[in-house]
Amino acid sequence: MTPRSRAPNRFSRTPLVARKELVEKLARGIFFVMAAAMVVPLVAIVGYLVFLAWPSLSWELIVAVPRRGMTEGGLWPAFVGTLYLVGISLLVSAPIGVMAAIYLNEYATDNWFNRVVNLAVINLAGVPSIVHALFGLGAFVYAAGFGYSILSASLTLGIMTLPVIIASTREALAAVPMSFREACWNVGATRWQTIQAVVLPHSISGILTGVILQVSRAAGETAPIMFTGAVFFKAVSRGELFPYGLHEQCMALSMHLYTLATQVPNVKESLPYATAVVLLGVVLLVNATAIALRVWLRGRKQW
Amino acid sequence: MPSPRPERLRVAVLGEQLLEAVIRLSGVSAIVFVAAILFFLFREAAPVLFASGFELGEFLFGTEWYPTSVSNVRYGTLALTAGSLAVTALAMVIAVPFGLGAAIYVSEFCGPRLRETLKIVIELLAAIPSVVWGFFGLTVMSKLIVRFTGAPVGVNVLNGGIILALMSVPVIVSIAEDALKAVPDSYREAGAALGATRWQLVYRVLLPAAKNGLLAAVLLGVGRAVGETMAVLMATGHAVHVPHSLLDSVRTLTANIAAELGEAPAGSDHYRVLFLTGLLLFCITFVVNLTADLAIRGIRRK
Repeated sequence: MTPRSRAPNRFSRTPLVARKELVEKLARGIFFVMAAAMVVPLVAIVGYLVFLAWPSLSWELIVAVPRRGMTEGGLWPAFVGTLYLVGISLLVSAPIGVMAAIYLNEYATDNWFNRVVNLAVINLAGVPSIVHALFGLGAFVYAAGFGYSILSASLTLGIMTLPVIIASTREALAAVPMSFREACWNVGATRWQTIQAVVLPHSISGILTGVILQVSRAAGETAPIMFTGAVFFKAVSRGELFPYGLHEQCMALSMHLYTLATQVPNVKESLPYATAVVLLGVVLLVNATAIALRVWLRGRKQW
Repeated sequence: MPSPRPERLRVAVLGEQLLEAVIRLSGVSAIVFVAAILFFLFREAAPVLFASGFELGEFLFGTEWYPTSVSNVRYGTLALTAGSLAVTALAMVIAVPFGLGAAIYVSEFCGPRLRETLKIVIELLAAIPSVVWGFFGLTVMSKLIVRFTGAPVGVNVLNGGIILALMSVPVIVSIAEDALKAVPDSYREAGAALGATRWQLVYRVLLPAAKNGLLAAVLLGVGRAVGETMAVLMATGHAVHVPHSLLDSVRTLTANIAAELGEAPAGSDHYRVLFLTGLLLFCITFVVNLTADLAIRGIRRK
């Protein structure tokens, strides 16, 4: 018996195979670089903004109010304003969004009407944010008579973020196996009883993920609130928890960043960066919560 | 004889019917909202659309945009449309190869752990608010552009294009990855059984099989780029003219509305023309999204 290494190898690499493998390596390398190119900007942007914002970053930044024509001081009015806008928009879009998703996933049959509903959802997601702003201005500020107010801005945000909730809730509902529903129907439960007793308990975490994503999306939006209720400046005292009425205008973090970056001269160097970091921090933190919830959920799933 | 089904309380039955009615109503709310958006845009734009001196041809194809001029008011949006097109086209030139490449890597080449990590990164990238992107373009990117290209101003087509590319890449990656995942594994197994490498599999089997979904991914990326407002408002400069080079400042349709709506008195012609621009944008994104949806539906049907 000859040692394996000495044997004439009938399966040696032909030039064709060698080329094939080279191309394979090359392709893998190129695609890897393209995928890695997603990581670089995220790290670079967050890192660089934090670096430039460092001198201003402190707890004081969040609870203090702007001073000297917004060139110094903190972000409190904008921070609370964003909480208001997000909270109220959530009150609008969460119930409607979840129920719309229940309709689309549990009740709708595949006919032309429901295809139109689907198309409308997709379209609502694709409408540019500035067009939502025009709609909010025409519908809520003028036609409904709410004026430039938190109410108008929140309603606009709520409608804009509706597709986020619908899409993720649908996904959560669709992940509940059909056999669960069939078992429930077989013991005589009605459609709604089935949804209430079987479908919702098994998808509630997924629905929650969608709601969290809505919060992140709503907190970051600027264009829709710019012309419906957000203002450059509003006097609020430090740390005040309920500074705004529903029919008043408010400040918002995203709007504040735009204002500091483009409208106010002689701002303290690191302040706009710090504002960007706070906004980015809020949004990414909320998103990370949603991701963590989803990962935890996947680990717990038993079917 | 089977025992009769136990009766439920009338209140319970009524309550359930009521609740189902509310659910159905919410279900159709999306249609109501889209219709409402269209209605209110049209309502505000209509007076100027049907005014005697207004020509739709000039609105669409005129290059002169002087909304606040005293003697010579002109509402031609061609320069704005050209601005939108230029920035979007540049963004797609960058984002499409990178987006599709990353999607192929995530779906075909990498292991499950790396895949999860990359997907989280992509999700976080998608979550960055557009005003932060715009701020980044305005402060950081513009300085880089001035240093490396010698352009007089750093806020221009190049800046906006890069920012928009970064913003639309996550959309492209996630939709394209879904499209690749939708190709049945039996295709991959058949290819592997013939001795194909991963790349050959991707190039000869997966790309042709998933081409509709990939088209949809690109279109949704285009939709995102065209509709983006704050980032381009801050990163592209404010010059209303047809761009001739990458280093020209431009203004897009979206940025124009955001920049001028605050100054246009409600009910004025200028205000109504801005709503008409919004209507134009709505139509553009509607067509893009509809095409993308048809493309996706195409693969499902197969």
